[in-house]
Amino acid sequence: MRKVFIKPQGGKMFRKLVMREIWDLGMSSIGLVSFISLFMGAVTAIQMAQNFQGADIPVPDYYIAYATKVVLILEFSPTIISLILAGKVGSYIASSIGTMRVTEQIDALDVMGVNSPSFLVMPKIIASVLFNPILIMISIGMGIWGGYLIGETTHMWSKSDYIIGLQMPMANRLFFYTFVKTICFAFVIATVPAFYGYHVKGGSLEVGRSSTSAVVWTSVILIILNLILTQTILS
Amino acid sequence: MIEVKNLRKSFEDKEVLKGISTVFESGKTNLIIGQSGSGKTVFLKCLTGLIIPTEGEILFHGKNFSKFSYEEKQKLRSEIGTVFQGSALFDSMTVIENVRFPLEMFSNLSMKEMNMRSEEVLERVNLLPESFHKFPSEISGGMQKRVAIARAVVNNPKYLFADEPNSGLDPQTAMVIDQLLHELTVEYNTTTIINTHDMNSVLEIGESIVFLKNGIKEWHGDKTQILTTDNESAIEFVYSSKLFTKLREVLLKEKENSSKK
Repeated sequence: MRKVFIKPQGGKMFRKLVMREIWDLGMSSIGLVSFISLFMGAVTAIQMAQNFQGADIPVPDYYIAYATKVVLILEFSPTIISLILAGKVGSYIASSIGTMRVTEQIDALDVMGVNSPSFLVMPKIIASVLFNPILIMISIGMGIWGGYLIGETTHMWSKSDYIIGLQMPMANRLFFYTFVKTICFAFVIATVPAFYGYHVKGGSLEVGRSSTSAVVWTSVILIILNLILTQTILS
Repeated sequence: MIEVKNLRKSFEDKEVLKGISTVFESGKTNLIIGQSGSGKTVFLKCLTGLIIPTEGEILFHGKNFSKFSYEEKQKLRSEIGTVFQGSALFDSMTVIENVRFPLEMFSNLSMKEMNMRSEEVLERVNLLPESFHKFPSEISGGMQKRVAIARAVVNNPKYLFADEPNSGLDPQTAMVIDQLLHELTVEYNTTTIINTHDMNSVLEIGESIVFLKNGIKEWHGDKTQILTTDNESAIEFVYSSKLFTKLREVLLKEKENSSKK
């Protein structure tokens, strides 16, 4: 782990790698994140509407949008999207580094005098920490838009109520909480699968196994970290 | 020159290398031979620094590798070229990017100069320009080996290591690879160490041969001496094919006749 954070060698090559990782880990996930968030936002808004409109005490319709927004910002986008990225990006990181290990590409780097942990893992950490907040923002935006679209389609609530609900303020520390969660999760998504990939021994079967273990353990760590961060920041 | 003194390596309670001492000279193709499981790969990995020996010394031009600082080790490694058994080319890079990689990491050359140097070594290993921009998966095994050799020598290394460079290649391509390694050794005066169990390579380029058996150095000599050696383990290894058994009979008869005369 210590070797990962040693000053990277080959400046130009390193920048090139960071750009490639931003594409592989971030840009290529925009479609999936947008699709899931759009539908999940719509589902969340419908569930809120069902609960509020069927409640014993009258709840104004603009709370549908407010509750949807809060759920998306606090939990759905940072946690659920990170879990999805743990599957998509985590398996990619573990299998690509694992394949490099079993085909001696990492040995080739080491023999050349390249600090392989830093060279392979650091660009992934940088790309993930830089781009995951963007993905989470896209997710929040798409989720809110999903809620808006379903309202327009089903007429379960009015457009003006939805917009009023969205404009209701949220405490700043909630945004801070989401931001901290996103950064911590991004770090976990890049490092845990990289660790599994880097320490693969054997052949293609072990690469597959390490990829599965990486996804499982990344998810477990994310869930536990979610509880710790929530307790630490919000309580 | 690389000098090895009493090199030992154990994995848990299994001793793989049992006190090997030898010298690998510059400007020569030094071969390490032996059957599968004899410790050849572990020995080569100890020499390249990929495995830390349990005991013993490896001296690069008189300097003990294990006593080097991190910076000194990195510097020495930039003077080492290695050809791996499976080529170990970076599959996300094209042929020319693979060869240019060590230069991009460790030299201050401009992109134009790096490209010129990379093209020069690729042409030296007889690769045609149309393959320069292909990915490793798009070229044959023999071509991959040649790219791996080009990448290993692009930095003008002082030390060149090759782990079974002929494995999986047809005899003709294997011979081309052997000749190439030998020519580059002479041309750049490198200390070349090749790990092989291919007897054709032994007879073709074996200027200095170390024979390992069960982690012990059983025999040391050159390609002419190995055919008439009295060492039983070496005989067993060399004459494992009928062709070489026949050859040994002829050579021993010749030796007998010449001694009678």
